[in-house]
Amino acid sequence: MLLANSRGMLAAGRRAAVAANAMQLRSLTTGVSGAADKLTYEFTDKLDLIKPESYESRKAYQVIGEDGKLRQSKEPSLSAELCQKMYENMVRLQVMDHVLYEAQRQGRISFYMQTNGEEGINIGSAAALKHEDVVFAQYREAGVLMWRGFSLQNFADQCFSNADDPGKGRQMPIHYGSVEHNFHTISSPLTTQVPQAAGAAYAFRDAGKDGPVVATYFGEGAASEGDFHAGMNFAATLECPILFLCRNNQYAISTPVQDQFRGDGIVSRAQGYGMASIRVDGNDTIAVYEAVSEARAYARENNRPVLVEMMSYRIGHHSTSDDSTAYRPIEEIESWKETAHPIPRFRKYMEAHNLWDEDKETALRTDVRKAVLQAMTHAEDKPKPDALDNLFADVYTEMPQNLVEQQRELSEQLKKYPAHYAVHH
Amino acid sequence: MNMFMAINDAMRTALKSDDSAVLFGEDVAFGGVFRCSMGLRDEFGKNRVFNTPLCEQGIAGFGIGYASTGRTAIAEVQFADYIFPAFDQLVNEAAKMRYRSGNQFNCGGLTVRAPYGAIGHGGHYHSQSPEAYFTHTPGLKVVIPRDPIQAKGLLLSCIRDPNPCIFFEPKALYRGSVGDVPVGDYTIPLGKAEIVQPGTDVTVVGWGAQMHVLAKACDMAQSEMGISCELIDLRTIVPWDIATIVDSVKKTGRLVVSHEAPKTSGFAAEIAATISDKCFLYLEAPIQRVCGYDTPFPLVFEKCYVPDHLKNFEAIKHTVDF
Ligand SMILES: Cc1ncc(C[n+]2csc(CCOP(=O)(O)OP(=O)(O)O)c2C)c(N)n1
Ligand SMILES: [Mg+2]
Repeated sequence: MLLANSRGMLAAGRRAAVAANAMQLRSLTTGVSGAADKLTYEFTDKLDLIKPESYESRKAYQVIGEDGKLRQSKEPSLSAELCQKMYENMVRLQVMDHVLYEAQRQGRISFYMQTNGEEGINIGSAAALKHEDVVFAQYREAGVLMWRGFSLQNFADQCFSNADDPGKGRQMPIHYGSVEHNFHTISSPLTTQVPQAAGAAYAFRDAGKDGPVVATYFGEGAASEGDFHAGMNFAATLECPILFLCRNNQYAISTPVQDQFRGDGIVSRAQGYGMASIRVDGNDTIAVYEAVSEARAYARENNRPVLVEMMSYRIGHHSTSDDSTAYRPIEEIESWKETAHPIPRFRKYMEAHNLWDEDKETALRTDVRKAVLQAMTHAEDKPKPDALDNLFADVYTEMPQNLVEQQRELSEQLKKYPAHYAVHH
Repeated sequence: MNMFMAINDAMRTALKSDDSAVLFGEDVAFGGVFRCSMGLRDEFGKNRVFNTPLCEQGIAGFGIGYASTGRTAIAEVQFADYIFPAFDQLVNEAAKMRYRSGNQFNCGGLTVRAPYGAIGHGGHYHSQSPEAYFTHTPGLKVVIPRDPIQAKGLLLSCIRDPNPCIFFEPKALYRGSVGDVPVGDYTIPLGKAEIVQPGTDVTVVGWGAQMHVLAKACDMAQSEMGISCELIDLRTIVPWDIATIVDSVKKTGRLVVSHEAPKTSGFAAEIAATISDKCFLYLEAPIQRVCGYDTPFPLVFEKCYVPDHLKNFEAIKHTVDF
C-alpha cells in the first residue's frame, strides 16, 4: 500500500462553513465531473477560526531509512537490473557534476549547476516516467535527461557552447534541451514551464491508457511564482494528465523555506486545487520511484494532475556564482551529506541485497570519470558555432528584412576587424 | 568605492534618513546576489530589510501597496530579465495609480531596482536591457547610472522622487567601475542629461554601461580621424532631457545614439524621431542608431552582438563622411 501513510487531500468530508452570502453558493456546480462535481458544504452554528497550528503536517513516504534498511516488511518491486541501472546513473550524474563544476572553477566553462544531494530525485523520478512523457524541467534535473540517453558528450557540448550543441551555443551552460529525448529546452526565468506543461498535458487527454503524460519539475522557491498557481489551477480544472514534481531542497539561492512559505511545504497546496498529491523522501531513490510511478498511473488513468513533493536538501552551492556558506552553517550541509545523501543510502541497500560491492563501485567511478574527462576534451576541441549563420537564424522561421540587413552589417564589420571578432577571444 | 558599494551606501543613506523606508526582494536579507544590500539587515533590522518569497509580481505589487500608504519602498528584482512577471503591476498599476484616481492615490514612494545588461557570459536571461518596455509607459521614471558617483546620487533621487521609478543598474559595472563617491547625502536631479565630454562635430548619446563603450569610440574618433565628439549621458531615460540633446545637435549637426537593447523599438528610435523633428534643418547626416541586433541576446555570439566601440566608431565616421 503505497499511500498508506498519507492523508487524502481530496477528503470529501471536508466542508467549509461559509456564512452570510453562502445560500446562493450552496449548489454551485464546478463543471468538473468526478471527485467533486459541486461546491458543497454544510452550515454550522459553531464560529470556528481554524489556526494554522492545527493543520497537520503531511508525512513523507519512505522505503529505505537513513541507515539503508528497509522500513517495510515487503520488498520493493524494482528488479535488480533496474536498481543497478538507477544506481549507476546516480553515480554517473554525481561524477559528471563534479568534473564540470571543477571545469568551471578552472575557467573552462562559464557557469555550472550541480544536482548534489538531488541525484535520487533526478533518477528515481526519471525511471518512473516513460520516454514519451514530455518533460518541462527547471534546471537541476540533468539526471532526467541522462536517464533518457542524453550522452556525456551531449552534456559537454552544451556546456562548452560548441557547434554540436543543439542549442547552437546561444544559452548558458546547463540549459539543455533535446526534442529526441522529449525534454524541453531549459529557460532561466523561473516557473514559466509550469503552466506550459499543463497546456502540453491537455493535448494528451485523449491519448489513452498507454499514452504519454507530462512531467514538470520546479523548486520549492519557484513554487512562489504566480505561474505556479496558474499551472496548478489550469491542470486541475482542465483535467490534464500531468505530474507536478516539486524538488523541495529547502533553499532558493539563500532564501530558506521559512521566508518562502508558511504552509506545510508545497504538498499542502494540492488540496486547495482539488488535486491528488504525495509527499516523498526525495533522498530515498526507491521511494521517489514508487511515488512517481503511482502518480503517473493515477494521472494517466484519470486524466488528472498529481502534485509530488520530493523532500531533500541542496548540498551544493546554488550555482558556481554562489557561496552558500554566506547564509547557512557548514554543519548543516555536512549533516545532510553524511546522514541523508541519496547515493550512499542507495548503495547500502544495494550492498545488503548483494547487488553491489566495493570493486564495482571503484570500477564504475573510474570508468565514468574517464568518460566525462574525454567528453570534455572533445567538447573543448570542437569549433564554436558560426556567428553569421547562427546569430540571426531561428528568431523567426524566415529572416525579415531588418535581420537580413543586420546580418550584412555584421558581415562587413567582421571583414573590417577580423582580429577583434575572432572566436576564442 | 565601486558601484555595488555606492548603491549600498545610497540605500543606507535612504534607510537612515527616512524611517518609513524598507528594502526587500529575493535574497536581499543576506546581502543580495550582487551584494548591494550587504550589512543593511544587521544595521536596520529584519522588519526593514527582508527577503520576499520568489515572486516578482508580488515584489512589485507589495511595493506599490506599501508606497500607497505614503511610505518609501525600495524593491529589488534580482535581474532585469526577471522583471516581466511584475510587468502588469508596474505598467498598469504603479504607472497609473495617480492618474486613474484623479491624484487621490499614488505610489510615488516606490523605486524598483534591477541589474541589467551584458556581462560577457549571461546569455538570453542574464543580459537583457528592457528599459524601452518601461519608457513606453507614461507614469514611470526610468533611470540608469553610468558609474558609482552617479549611481548613488541618482538612486537617492529615485527613492525620494514622488513618482514611481525604475532604476536599472549596469551589472557589468558593479565591481568594475570605481569612483570617489562622496560619503554624504547627495542627489543628482532626474530628467537632466549630462555632457560628459564637450565636442563640436558629432553628438553621441548613451546611458549606463554603454557610456564606457562610447567614450572609447569617441577617443578613437579623435585620435584616428580628428573628429571631436560631444558625449552625452542621458541618465534619465524618461522623462528625457530633450533640450540638452537638441542644443548639442544644433551645434554638431550629427547624432549617434547607442544602446545594448535591440534596435527595433529601442529608445534610440524615440530620440532619433524627436531630434529629426526638432533639428531637421540642422542635420548634416542621417541619425545613426548603434544597438543590439533584433535577436535574443546570444551567449556565444555576445562579442558580435553588442554595439561595441568599433561599431560606434564606424557610425561616427559615417555621419562625418556622409
Ligand atoms: C523569474 C525569476 N526570478 C528570479 C530568478 C533568479 N533565480 C534563479 S534560481 C533562483 C532560486 C530558485 O530556487 P528553487 O526554485 O527552490 O530551486 P533550487 O535552486 O533550489 O533548485 C532564483 C531566485 C529567475 N531565474 N527567474
Ligand atoms: Mg530550492
